[in-house]
Amino acid sequence: MEKVIEAKSLTKSFGDFTAVNAITFHVEKGEIFGFLGANGAGKTTAMKMLIGISNPTSGEAKVAGFDVFKQRESIKNNIGYMSQKFALYDDLTVKENITFFGGIYGLSREVIKSKTQVLIKELNLEEVENQLVGSLPLGWKQKISFSVALLHNPKIVFLDEPTGGVDPITRRQFWEMIYKAANQGTTIFVTTHYMDEAEYCDRVSIMVNGKIEALDTPKNLKNSYKADSMNDVFLKLARG
Amino acid sequence: MKILGFIIQKEFKQIFRNKGMLPIIFVMPFIQLLILSNAATFDIKNIKFSYIDNDHSTYSRELISKFEASKYFHVITDFPSEKKAKLAMLNGDVNVILEIPKYFERDLQKEKYANLSVTINAIDGASAGVENVYVNQIIQNFNKNIQVELFQPSNSNIASVDILTIPSFWYNKTLNYKTYMVPGILVLLVTMITLFLSGMNIVREKEIGTLEQINVTPIKKSQFIVGKLFPFWVLGLSILTVGLIIAKVIFNVPIVGNLMLMYLYTSIYILVILGIGLFISNFTETQQQAMFISWFFMVIFILMSGLFTPIESMPNWAQRITDFNPIKYFVEVMRMVMLKGSGFIDILPQVLKTVLFALIMNGLAVWSYKKTT
Repeated sequence: MEKVIEAKSLTKSFGDFTAVNAITFHVEKGEIFGFLGANGAGKTTAMKMLIGISNPTSGEAKVAGFDVFKQRESIKNNIGYMSQKFALYDDLTVKENITFFGGIYGLSREVIKSKTQVLIKELNLEEVENQLVGSLPLGWKQKISFSVALLHNPKIVFLDEPTGGVDPITRRQFWEMIYKAANQGTTIFVTTHYMDEAEYCDRVSIMVNGKIEALDTPKNLKNSYKADSMNDVFLKLARG
Repeated sequence: MKILGFIIQKEFKQIFRNKGMLPIIFVMPFIQLLILSNAATFDIKNIKFSYIDNDHSTYSRELISKFEASKYFHVITDFPSEKKAKLAMLNGDVNVILEIPKYFERDLQKEKYANLSVTINAIDGASAGVENVYVNQIIQNFNKNIQVELFQPSNSNIASVDILTIPSFWYNKTLNYKTYMVPGILVLLVTMITLFLSGMNIVREKEIGTLEQINVTPIKKSQFIVGKLFPFWVLGLSILTVGLIIAKVIFNVPIVGNLMLMYLYTSIYILVILGIGLFISNFTETQQQAMFISWFFMVIFILMSGLFTPIESMPNWAQRITDFNPIKYFVEVMRMVMLKGSGFIDILPQVLKTVLFALIMNGLAVWSYKKTT
């Protein structure tokens, strides 16, 4: 299999505090990779290094074949990102948000137009396409966010707690979108606090205090930690 | 270039969709120009004047009538005694008291010499100084008149009386204060609005989290910054336009110089301010912080710009500081071009310094804007 993310001893320190402590792992093409850990375990910091907005202190990593130290802008061309903080513009309409983000990825106006039509149809947003995003419910915004992150056909999409605060039905729909993208060959790198979502992942890593303590398929993890669910695996690991 | 278009389009949409901001951008200049230009005047008029006439002679009445005739003095009353006059001064009812001593006329005629007592309320030192000058002018004028009456024409001392000075004030013939203030206040408006809007704009994206989203895109730093600042550059120039129209139509300020020259200079000047705004927003995390820092610089820049107080009368070290004040150059250029009709060569020193500031500030701003932390 082709490795789209490769990290070796990737480390990030802030002064004396080591937020990410020499993590080594890889992610394969088309995989749904769950990146789990308690709050403050270092997930977001690790992700920020991979997407090129945070300088690693040491170690090495390649994302989509590009180096996180030297080729950050090339990485950015090949990834999509959806942050914890909802990051569309509330004072722009659905269509305008799509146009703007498509535009800064360098898509032409014709391509954006046709993509917008497809996207709005898929998400059933015909009635609200000209409404300001700020007036939409959170679940809808998250779905739009995800679609916007996929707009430029990235090889990898990074999702930082994409379903936080979203209702169970929308959460299910969201994961259907993730599966669909993965089936089309997009690699998904997702952090979450929902253990049922962890079960949907192909492989899962669990971070504790800046280190990756476990990395395997959900099934193997449950076997090796003699747990009934991913929830139990997580509790056993995160409590130490 | 294509990407730039998308950013500029988005910024303009957001500016015009911000219902709180639009009135500030276009109504504030109008109101400020109207209010400030009329109110910020150093002319002192209607000085509350009173007198104690202990002489009740032809000369004393003649002197008082000169004050009554002056448009600067408003004669409130005469006081029978010094005590009552002082009480009125303490109450703030009068600002200037003139006391004419007994035998004023007799002394003038016999001794050719008499004393007058003038008491001025100096809580506001600057206006007290101006009032003093006005009082002296009137008394001197009175003095000249009586000289003619009292001295013999053969007296050689009075030959000088024939000299007549007729001052001719260049560039502002009637010494109209508004003509002087309007260009300056226009400078303030352009500066304040562009600085505050640009300073807060990028911080706002930091606050709502969209900046992070921008930073994960392959967008170039220069594209993002130019796209962000261009709309405010356009806004700054439109404020100048609105302001110039108000200056011409409402205040009738003469615009002697070349309009294109004013726009040329302003377009460079706004770049300096935008660079400062961007620089501030790179070092702040919230709009509140950005606002406070912008205000800090704004107040210093304004007070040291020569707009309200002449730079020539500042201490030497302060004058050196004003060399680094972009507002100072803008005020100079506006007054030079608008009132004097200065040409490009005349304002070249200011243009060069402003270009230098623009390069430095925007260089710093681009350098300090980091897509990666």
